[in-house]
Amino acid sequence: MANWLRGITATLVILGLWQGAISLWSLPSFILPSPLAVLDVLLTRWPMLWSHTWVTAQEILIGLALGVSIGLCFALLMLLFRPVKQWLLPILIASQAIPVFAIAPILMLWLDYGIASKVAMAAIIIFFPVTTCCFDGLRSTPAGYLDLARTLNANRWRTLWHIQLPAALPALGSGLRVAVVVAPIGAVVGEWVGSSAGLGYLMLQANARMRIDEMFAALFILSLFSVALYFSVDWLLKRSLPWHSQ
Amino acid sequence: MSQGFAISIQVNALRYPTKQAQPVLQDLVMQLPAQQWTCLLGRSGCGKTSILRKLAGLLEDAEWRGDIQADGQGLSGNIAYMAQQDLLLPWLSVLDNVCIAERLQGRSLSQDTRAKALSLLQKVGLREHAERYPHALSGGMRQRVALARTLLQERPIVLMDEPFSALDAVTRHKLQSLSFDLLKGKTVLLVTHDPQEAVRLGHQIYVMEGTPASAHLLPDLHTDPPRQLDERSAELQTYILRRLGGEHG
Repeated sequence: MANWLRGITATLVILGLWQGAISLWSLPSFILPSPLAVLDVLLTRWPMLWSHTWVTAQEILIGLALGVSIGLCFALLMLLFRPVKQWLLPILIASQAIPVFAIAPILMLWLDYGIASKVAMAAIIIFFPVTTCCFDGLRSTPAGYLDLARTLNANRWRTLWHIQLPAALPALGSGLRVAVVVAPIGAVVGEWVGSSAGLGYLMLQANARMRIDEMFAALFILSLFSVALYFSVDWLLKRSLPWHSQ
Repeated sequence: MSQGFAISIQVNALRYPTKQAQPVLQDLVMQLPAQQWTCLLGRSGCGKTSILRKLAGLLEDAEWRGDIQADGQGLSGNIAYMAQQDLLLPWLSVLDNVCIAERLQGRSLSQDTRAKALSLLQKVGLREHAERYPHALSGGMRQRVALARTLLQERPIVLMDEPFSALDAVTRHKLQSLSFDLLKGKTVLLVTHDPQEAVRLGHQIYVMEGTPASAHLLPDLHTDPPRQLDERSAELQTYILRRLGGEHG
């Protein structure tokens, strides 16, 4: 079955089960709104939804760029300077043991209620998988490639640039796939803790006003954005790394 | 094209830190005559690849006592290395792989080098595949690209670590002939565990025996390589197999 057909079928099945549950148990709209009610919100309140989506999208995309850059830098530092790895790795692991909810209020305090604190949240949540995947990729360069570089009298930097970094791209790609899925979590958690715009903020406001259909619309947009982001990155990686897709 | 020079190898002992009980190699002496093929045969784990890696400057994790003399010249910068795997970089085209030394030595690819690389690809029968990527080639084609890459370096000594072992019989035979033809004038050390390959290609053949291993030069081979697979070569192969199996008749 083609991917698009499988996607449409899965969506229809979920919508059918959703509508079926409402009809079967006669659920009121403040508990579970119908798919049609959510669609109605999406169509009639689109300008408002779009303005919040744009804020969250910026937080996610800038957070991704920042988190991937930091992850790549940490991976390179750990590869090139062994003492850095010995000092940095335990700190990185400890940083992941702290729940993002716990550090969100501190980030609000330091970076204010604007976009910066949410970007930082998204970056913090993704830099660790990117660092570990990239570091694994860099230190797993096939030994034969490194032997070849040595017999060709390549220095350390040219070996890194021409061999180790390209060889680590598939691993970095795996880290990136994880990153695009978890980055929205960081941004939305940041919005929940303190913000004046974004899909997370909208969900909180809708919940307080019992506008459950609006909450579902925001959730739907967030899910759609994450899925679109994942498949775009996956497509780009497959096109950029054709040898790895074989 | 630079011509190969003779190498003399003497290993008093070679030992790996993890196998401290006894050395892998001991009292081993080998002479690699200039511009000839020397084949080094031995069973898996006997230490033949260690000798090759020592010559290539790749042996780091072993304790080595011995001496290597190379006709008054240093080995560094004079050695080209061809491994069992083709070691083609999958993100580069065939042509860029052949010219990889330029990138790794920080030089831009000159028209002259590009023309030489294309000429070598022509010689190995892959001129029309120059812009393709390694994953689109068969195992035999990839190893021919590796051969072109080795030749482009124009180094006088070529070290080959079982470069044909992963190929099917027909491709292996063709590639052996091609390599022998194109590597004329170079000093070649071919590490293999295939007696037929050694008998076919070696001007001289060393067999590694014993524990710790030492190398024994086979007696007069009578003819020059590449040898036909005839009765005489079959006898030689049988003899080698007996020696590898521990019989010294």
